[in-house]
Amino acid sequence: MVEILNSLKSHQVLAEEVKVWYKAAPVDRFPIDGGACVKYKDLQIAVFNFDSGKEWYACQNLCPHKMQMILSRGLTGSCGEEPKVACPYHKRTFSLKSGECLNADEERILTFPVKVEANHVYIGFSR
Amino acid sequence: MKKIIVIGNGMVGYKFCEKIRKTFDASRLSLTVYGEEPRPAYDRVHLSNYFSGATAEDLLLAPRSWYEDNDINLLTGELVTAIDRENRQIYTHKGKRESYDYLVLATGSSAFVPPIRGVERHGVFVYRTIEDLNQILTYGKKIKKAAVLGGGLLGLEAAKALLDMSLETYVVEFADRLMPRQLDDAASDILRMKLTTLGVNILLGKATKEIKGNGKLDGLEFADGTHLDVEMLVISTGIRPRDELAKAANLTIHERGGVLVNEQLQTSDTHIYAIGEVACYQNMIYGLVAPGNEMAEVAIDQMMGAKERIFKGFDMSTKLKLIGVDVGCFGDPFGSSDAVKPLVYKNENTGIYRRLNVTADGKYLTGGILIGDADDYNILHQMVQNKMKLTVAPEALLVKTSAKEEGGAPGVESLPDEAVICSCENVTKGQIQDMVRANENCTINDIKAQTGACTGCGGCTPMVSDLMKASLKSMGKLVKNNLCEHFDYSRQELYDLIKINDIRSFSTLIKTNGKGHGCEVCKPVVASLFASIYNEPAIVHDTIQDTNDRFLANIQRGGTYSVVPRIPGGEITPDKLLAIGSVAKKYGLYTKITGGQRIDLFGALLHQLPDIWEELIEAGFESGHAYAKSLRTVKSCVGSTWCRYGVQDSVSFAIRVEERYKGLRSPHKLKGGVSGCIRECAEAQSKDFGIIATEKGWNVYVCGNGGSRPQHACLLATDVDAETCIRLIDRFLMYYIKTAAPLTRTATWLNKLDGGIEYLKEVVVKDSLGLADTLEKEMQGLLENYECEWKRAISDPDLRSKFAHFVNSTEEDASLSFVDLRGQKMPAAWG
Repeated sequence: MVEILNSLKSHQVLAEEVKVWYKAAPVDRFPIDGGACVKYKDLQIAVFNFDSGKEWYACQNLCPHKMQMILSRGLTGSCGEEPKVACPYHKRTFSLKSGECLNADEERILTFPVKVEANHVYIGFSR
Repeated sequence: MKKIIVIGNGMVGYKFCEKIRKTFDASRLSLTVYGEEPRPAYDRVHLSNYFSGATAEDLLLAPRSWYEDNDINLLTGELVTAIDRENRQIYTHKGKRESYDYLVLATGSSAFVPPIRGVERHGVFVYRTIEDLNQILTYGKKIKKAAVLGGGLLGLEAAKALLDMSLETYVVEFADRLMPRQLDDAASDILRMKLTTLGVNILLGKATKEIKGNGKLDGLEFADGTHLDVEMLVISTGIRPRDELAKAANLTIHERGGVLVNEQLQTSDTHIYAIGEVACYQNMIYGLVAPGNEMAEVAIDQMMGAKERIFKGFDMSTKLKLIGVDVGCFGDPFGSSDAVKPLVYKNENTGIYRRLNVTADGKYLTGGILIGDADDYNILHQMVQNKMKLTVAPEALLVKTSAKEEGGAPGVESLPDEAVICSCENVTKGQIQDMVRANENCTINDIKAQTGACTGCGGCTPMVSDLMKASLKSMGKLVKNNLCEHFDYSRQELYDLIKINDIRSFSTLIKTNGKGHGCEVCKPVVASLFASIYNEPAIVHDTIQDTNDRFLANIQRGGTYSVVPRIPGGEITPDKLLAIGSVAKKYGLYTKITGGQRIDLFGALLHQLPDIWEELIEAGFESGHAYAKSLRTVKSCVGSTWCRYGVQDSVSFAIRVEERYKGLRSPHKLKGGVSGCIRECAEAQSKDFGIIATEKGWNVYVCGNGGSRPQHACLLATDVDAETCIRLIDRFLMYYIKTAAPLTRTATWLNKLDGGIEYLKEVVVKDSLGLADTLEKEMQGLLENYECEWKRAISDPDLRSKFAHFVNSTEEDASLSFVDLRGQKMPAAWG
């Protein structure tokens, strides 16, 4: 799992410096106000939308607590203004903006830029 | 700047550090601590947890980094060997010298080993430090039979440790009863009976003459000529204060041991204080943590110039669980004065003993003993501590004051403000009330953080919670059980809102009645409400369901799911068994019989679930709803069709009941049971609803529970016919579904219901609220809407397409991995 994380890190990028916009899938393949998992190379990325598809977020699919590929199946929600996802296993919650764990002392998760163009969801990577 | 040296890093030495650093930081005083053990202070009270899986790390009161962060110079594994009082210096075994302004002796005690012949043999241990435990664990692996010498509090703790090691366990006590300092003969009898049934053999009135053996021990010989073969002996016959350092420094020592202290906790040298088990105050050594903590606080105040607070002795009341049995002892347990008369309740069947000492005029409680059930300990103890006048006849106190599970603690309002609610941290009722009054939004976590209440042993948590609610109520505030930050409503209020306004989606509900985007708490509750109101399949609202309901299967370690087809009443044909077998074989699933008479198939990948169900449905199965907060199973015994004792056909009735309520969504899972006769082989009295056959019909029980807090079900109706039985259960379940808080099982719901089972009988059986018709109709409506969720999922291509790991690929999750387990598979270890 350490290799997976390192590989993920090497692909992470700020929204303004994206090198590759990966065309993941049509918008209607994603559940409304929920999440799904996207495969990019050997990486697994959890992608979520809020407000019936008006807001989009992406993060690593791996929950750092028990190293499970699961976050895309988690319940989304908000904590104050912060959008978050809760891991189905033990309900660790993570901010989808900062990646920080909101209710326990866990590693921060990696987040990725998302955009929607011509009814398709794109995820931004550095390579 | 003052310089303080603490000798001893045990529980009380640690508390001293924690308390003094709370008020005085490193700019005001320097703090050095010497501990002779290799590791920082650990929790000696819960030492036996070490045998049931806790690690030495788990037991630490604070990690080493805590001492660094708080500028405490902690030197473990370093022994202080001498005190030079004249120059105010100490010497260590490493030859180091260090001066002090104040010296605190917190050296604690060591185990007292009586001078019995043979005590030096291999296999004889004391029970005191983690090092002792390691030796006991290592030695215990080689043997089968062991004894504890000493039937006091610590001795019984040690016996639990031996039980946890799966050893044949004996307790040998010199006195004629267990815990002679805390219990009377009758209490000891009851405790002994309970412990015997739990596998501890108890020998009382045995004076050990010799520990026999050749090198290692092989047995004990007693003064009465009898003999006990054992391979290991753990000695727990009391403690000896570690006063040798003080003695060498010519401080005054009590004739039976212990450093003499005054009410300021000063020794005979005003620059040296003694606290905890090494200190002797008015001929008394205090061998508990709470008085030690109080001593630490008094010593700090005295040293740092706040002279008002002094040590006035300490109440030795205690409540604990010994090998799973509640034991409480408070005030004066023996009622030793003439003006006090004991009232006693004793039930050998249930193992409950309750002794209350009441003044001759019947107005005050002076102390008592509780065995088997000590739920009322807090309130009774408070009544003694605060010399509260009894408002009821003393006999009434012999009955448990309330059947409420969560502490209940009736009368928390009646306590005086100075009543100490948390004795570990010395927090009074007044302090907690003031906090709530100053800030009506304060939560139990705020109270914990600010006062420290509930952070020690945790025993006061129910009382603090009750007190908080009572304070809010007294301010005229409605105590609201809001779901979470997104809804200012309780589950019951939301139920009504959704129903009255015919709301059908989460987004509508949160836009009209809530705020934000919802969360992992409110979303599943709302999903459950939709199901309980409209009985729509869970998959319709998939993104507000927890993962189990979202994918209609139970998530397991590693990211795969398990599948449980419904097997009503546990009855299954050979053909159906074969069908399950062939599905399991085809998909390589691990199979196991569940506790509810069904078969669980583990290790299915997300995308395999619809294929697996297609085959199961083809073979005549339906969803078992094992993934849902809904009816699980109705367990049955075989009943009158086969059994020579059966008086009714329990299997047929169980099938009928399970078929009736299958798929019924509720605040938590529901389990049922039907037994064919009084022998109760279906264990129906541990279920949410249980039905037991009688010669004349059926007895109906409700609100039982297994799990972590087992509770027997209560009798709702006697000798009713099948139709009445079902009608009563309809009403009961519907009433529960409409009024229970989220994730509350029927047992807990009943415990919190004002009036308890009698009230429930009024509503359900006698229809005192006039609700019976409505409840029955609502239930009928739900049952008519039932459909198998899996049948729907596999026949709808859109729903079916949701069962894929990736949204953009048909590949499987490459991170899955399995290992072999007795010829089947299981997921590899997780992170």
